[in-house]
Amino acid sequence: MSALDLGRGTPSSPRPVGAAGSGRSGPVRGAAASMHVDWTLCDGRGLCTELLPELLERDEWGHPVAVGQPPASRSDVTVPPELVDAARDAVALCPRAALRLRPLPLP
Amino acid sequence: MTEALWALGRGTGVAALVLFTAAVVLGVVTRSGRPLAGLPRFSVTLVHRNVSLFATAFLLVHVVALLFDPFAQLTLLDIVVPFFGDFRPFWQGLGTLALDLTIAIALTGMLRRHVGRRVFRAVHWGTYLLWPVALAHAIGNGTNGTDAWFLALAGLCTVAVVASVAWRLSTRFVQLGTRRRPRATPRDLGSVPPTGWTPTQRTPWADTPTTPPAVARPVPSRPVERLPR
Amino acid sequence: MTTLAPPPVPSSTGGTRHPAPNGVRRLFAAADPSLAAHLAAFGPLTLDHAGPDLIAELQGAGLDGRGGAHFATWRKLAAARAEQQGRGGPAARGRHRAVVVGNGAEGEPLSRKDATLLDRAPHLVLDGLLLAAATVGASRAVLYTTPRLLPVVEAALRERGDASDVTLVEAPDTFLSGEASSVVAAVEGRPAVPSDRIARLTTSGVGGRPTLVQNVETLAQLALVARFGVAWFRSVGAPAEPGTRLVTVSGGDGRSPMATAATPGGAGRVLEVTGTMSLRRIVEAAGVDPTRLRAVLVGGFHGAWLPVGALDLPFTREALHPWGASPGAGVVWALTADGCGLAAAAEITTYLAGQSARQCGPCLNGLPRLADVLGRLARGDRATWLPGEVTRLAGLVTGRGSCHHPDGTARLVFSTLQAFADDVRHHLEGRCLAGGPGPSVPSATPTRPGEGR
Repeated sequence: MSALDLGRGTPSSPRPVGAAGSGRSGPVRGAAASMHVDWTLCDGRGLCTELLPELLERDEWGHPVAVGQPPASRSDVTVPPELVDAARDAVALCPRAALRLRPLPLP
Repeated sequence: MTEALWALGRGTGVAALVLFTAAVVLGVVTRSGRPLAGLPRFSVTLVHRNVSLFATAFLLVHVVALLFDPFAQLTLLDIVVPFFGDFRPFWQGLGTLALDLTIAIALTGMLRRHVGRRVFRAVHWGTYLLWPVALAHAIGNGTNGTDAWFLALAGLCTVAVVASVAWRLSTRFVQLGTRRRPRATPRDLGSVPPTGWTPTQRTPWADTPTTPPAVARPVPSRPVERLPR
Repeated sequence: MTTLAPPPVPSSTGGTRHPAPNGVRRLFAAADPSLAAHLAAFGPLTLDHAGPDLIAELQGAGLDGRGGAHFATWRKLAAARAEQQGRGGPAARGRHRAVVVGNGAEGEPLSRKDATLLDRAPHLVLDGLLLAAATVGASRAVLYTTPRLLPVVEAALRERGDASDVTLVEAPDTFLSGEASSVVAAVEGRPAVPSDRIARLTTSGVGGRPTLVQNVETLAQLALVARFGVAWFRSVGAPAEPGTRLVTVSGGDGRSPMATAATPGGAGRVLEVTGTMSLRRIVEAAGVDPTRLRAVLVGGFHGAWLPVGALDLPFTREALHPWGASPGAGVVWALTADGCGLAAAAEITTYLAGQSARQCGPCLNGLPRLADVLGRLARGDRATWLPGEVTRLAGLVTGRGSCHHPDGTARLVFSTLQAFADDVRHHLEGRCLAGGPGPSVPSATPTRPGEGR
């Protein structure tokens, strides 16, 4: 994903702010996370499905469908640790700001 | 030295205009939600952002170079407040206006999640103002503003932007757009005809529309705060 | 901010309590909606025990929400109270004080139990509202209901001396008006449509304040528990399903669901029942002949079908669960033997598609498409891909929206395909089971998927 390297970590461009939660503190590094989809904002633009093809497919109207997850996880998609960075990018690049990354809810 | 600054100022000015043109075109492509020439959508978004940042960088060099060039006679006031300069105040002022717009657009773009959706969108629409202002400034105030080669270049840029805007305004612009309008639909029970079912009916059911019929314009609900007594 | 003033009626000293209603007739024990009749039937309201004591009583009573979700009432109150305490309790600033909302919107067209309750026992609902507010430490109590009922509640408030902090908010006449986040939006002055929620309402609701939204029947039951205690509440009903609940029973007359819902003055009959009663008994008590039925829709437009053979089940969560149903808000609609379940479901789905708030892509796009395909199947289109497409679309919209409208619609559709699987087969062969075998139906021109999109 070399296109993404252009914007990351350099002083002039901001680090994508991908995390949201009560204290604006995101998931702990290396831990799984939960990506919340705000359906009232989502417009089916499809950037998230490009960045997280292992997690998301597009339905016939463009909106993301969580692959192989139970209905309860389709709006709060469980993100495995290895995909959390990609999820942060999806959150930052969503043109509608319809995504939020949060720590996994306690069982 | 002053000639170098002068050349730098002019060169970066031209480059900035070309880059802003590219930024506008890429912005329109980004909004369309389509991939571009093999680039996935998220790459289009990033390229748009990076080109915009490059354009801003060139603009800043353009301004700083001319600020320090004694020949240009620019003061700090001139570069932030439009239309106060000594040399061709109107055309110069357009440049200042363009710089102000660029700063606003760049800041709200970088702080998008902090300023909120509405503010970001409102300021970002300013790009459609920024571009023609920058072009007018270049032609009106540029040393080579009316030279044939520059006018040809400006013409190409104009064609690119006009074509992009025309595409932007076309009906099937967004690849998979969903039109939505949040509303509290009034319950209009009588407007949905039963699907032609009656207990004794066997032969062809009445034809019913396949899409929900249009509902009367809703009255928005407001809380009726009525204190007793 | 003002705290809610105690009533001018002197509080009970804990000696002899007012006699409790006997039997199953509890919520409507008062002779008429007036305050005098209410006091004669139930005795005075006391807010003395509002607080942790009442929460403990509610836990012991096992009262759960009567709005459809069956959420344990004591848990909601405890959560709201805890949030309020965490923000400084009664001493907190205005914008950190809790809000309690009595939800009388009743957006389900086939339900009118809440309307009936507000018409006939508004004081019980108001008692419950004030008790809940005092328990939670709220500074604001709201009653949210339809335009027709607002004057009724207003009149009841004027009769009382203690209700100056109850404000009235108008609910629009839509299916989603009673959804919890729609209620919050309406109270905040915004259009009554659902919103994306990350935090629970008891943590952050109206204006970021801890917010308790309770169905009006739940509040009325709460008021009874506060007066008469756990043992009395549990004296009727099943151990897992104590107390009474209101049901609205309609249909069974050969009309379609939407025609039933459009009945002037409201559909069906409202009854107060317990968990030990069977569906058969409930349906009979409402004047519907169970022998003429094909199936019963339990749970309203987001509910599930029970075939006639399951009518002897008790009206409890446990018994109904295998059928994908639950007592919910007590909505029961009867499909006669000469009626077509697929046509009924298609009609309902078309209505539900039209009632989408149109904010979320999967619902806005998926429900009309689902209604269209199911409608074709119901009307006699014999394309063999139809049932599969119905299943696919219902699965596609489930869980993908800011509220549960798509989920509920999908639940109805899945239940329809299950309960009327035979009908699906017959329709694809050009016949309909409604009313028995008959001449075959000429089919519409077979269509392929993708047409009409």
